[in-house]
Amino acid sequence: MGLDRFVNQAISEWMKGNGPESDIVISSRVRLARNLKNYPFPTLATDSQAISVVEEVRKALDQREMKNISHFELIQLEDMTELQKRVLVEKHLISPNLAQDSRKGAVVLSENESISIMVNEEDHLRIQCLYPGLQIYDAWKMASRIDDIFEAELDYAFDEKRGYLTSCPTNVGTGIRASVMVHLPALVISGQINRIISAITQVGLTVRGIYGEGSEALGNIFQISNQITLGQSEEDIIENLYGVVKQIIDHEKQARSLLLRDSRIQIEDRVGRAYGTLLHAKIIDSKEAMGRLSDVRLGIDLKMIDSISPNIFNELMVLIQPGFLQHYAGEMTPFERDIKRAEIIRRKLTQHSN
Amino acid sequence: MLCENCQQRPATLHFTKIINGQKNEYHLCEQCAKEKGEMFSYDDSGFSFNNLLSGLLNFDPIKNGHQVITSPDQLRCKTCGLTFSQFKKMGKFGCHDCYNYFEPQLEPIFRRIHGNSQHIGKVPHRSGENIKIKREIVQLKEQLQRKILAEEFEEAAKLRDQIKALESKLSERRG
Ligand SMILES: [Zn+2]
Ligand SMILES: [Zn+2]
Repeated sequence: MGLDRFVNQAISEWMKGNGPESDIVISSRVRLARNLKNYPFPTLATDSQAISVVEEVRKALDQREMKNISHFELIQLEDMTELQKRVLVEKHLISPNLAQDSRKGAVVLSENESISIMVNEEDHLRIQCLYPGLQIYDAWKMASRIDDIFEAELDYAFDEKRGYLTSCPTNVGTGIRASVMVHLPALVISGQINRIISAITQVGLTVRGIYGEGSEALGNIFQISNQITLGQSEEDIIENLYGVVKQIIDHEKQARSLLLRDSRIQIEDRVGRAYGTLLHAKIIDSKEAMGRLSDVRLGIDLKMIDSISPNIFNELMVLIQPGFLQHYAGEMTPFERDIKRAEIIRRKLTQHSN
Repeated sequence: MLCENCQQRPATLHFTKIINGQKNEYHLCEQCAKEKGEMFSYDDSGFSFNNLLSGLLNFDPIKNGHQVITSPDQLRCKTCGLTFSQFKKMGKFGCHDCYNYFEPQLEPIFRRIHGNSQHIGKVPHRSGENIKIKREIVQLKEQLQRKILAEEFEEAAKLRDQIKALESKLSERRG
């Protein structure tokens, strides 16, 4: 069945392609929050109202233009196990929120998993497009296209003055959350990251760890997204984010070349030790693994290691998360998980090195 | 209570963050708070923003010494039944009509969160046709003003006709 495919495959198909700036930008995502006029928002909706919303979405999916985009599968969350939900969270296809409180929730997934539409999360609809590399404009265009197709069929809650009406006042207006995931090891190593983060937050953007709100910046990966949704057009929001990310890329590149010039031997040592650890460790927790993977990825980008593909980094990043490990290897204690994680990393790295 | 990060030192700092209506509490020791703070520079970004939001939505009776029942709290959405004070507690609206019933209270909230309160972005095609026409009229009027100032009267006349056409289209749709 459909669900198995989305759960079993560690990395989404979209991840395998390389997007622009993919040595620094891992992915670009646009999410649109939309609600239907004729139902209370999900928090207050009764089960039967929530079910009707899912049915309305199912109808909207039937439109020819949707079929032109991709084949879509609608999966109810109540048909998933806890573990399956967790795997979808780790793949960024659903939010932790929907996985936790999945009463009458559903998710619509495109074939290559670059499009996912959450139903009955905090809002009736959360249309999400996720592309590799720096393709934030394309992600916005696709999300907006799906939005248009849905709107032809569904009555949206919209107000002339306040825009798209959302459950939370922080999303009202455009309902857009645009985010770019970046790998910034050199800015972290050179200690410039705090200054940059505070500069970013001053232009209406926020910075978080990879699994969203409150999560740590594991593996030197940061998620930069817009904070403001009202009073700016979608194009302004995207342009602002794009401009800032471009600058961050430049800073990271500069920091990388400075590191190469001034501390090549230290970086080579760091990369070599990380690679050695990953190749030989028998026990490794996810925090350390993410850190070492980040170092190895930097080594690949700086051409210090040429035997492995940079994509391994993206893949392992997902594979070594607790839900995925458990999905592959069954119920485990944290200690057993650390052993399994080390084993998977060793296997992947030796598989892919020449 | 122990610090939830290191589980070793006593938690001395307690934060409340409200994000997307979800309330999260953090109990950290000073050292971990500092580390986390440096990592995400909470002091000049995240925390202050979120504190602002929670402070804005939450009336804290303890801090104020006594609970005052203010009239906005008694506002109630007639469609979903949510009261304004429930909204403040949850940080979430119950339905799209809440935006109408709580309207007078929302302006300052949106201004604090977004620095702005007027949507200027995308408009849905079907339900938003009138809004699009109105926006177009506003833009044409601005252009008209400029043409008049530049004394380009021929152009101005064309714009005036366009505006008239749109205005009558709008009143037809309303009628
Ligand atoms: Zn601590
Ligand atoms: Zn309501």
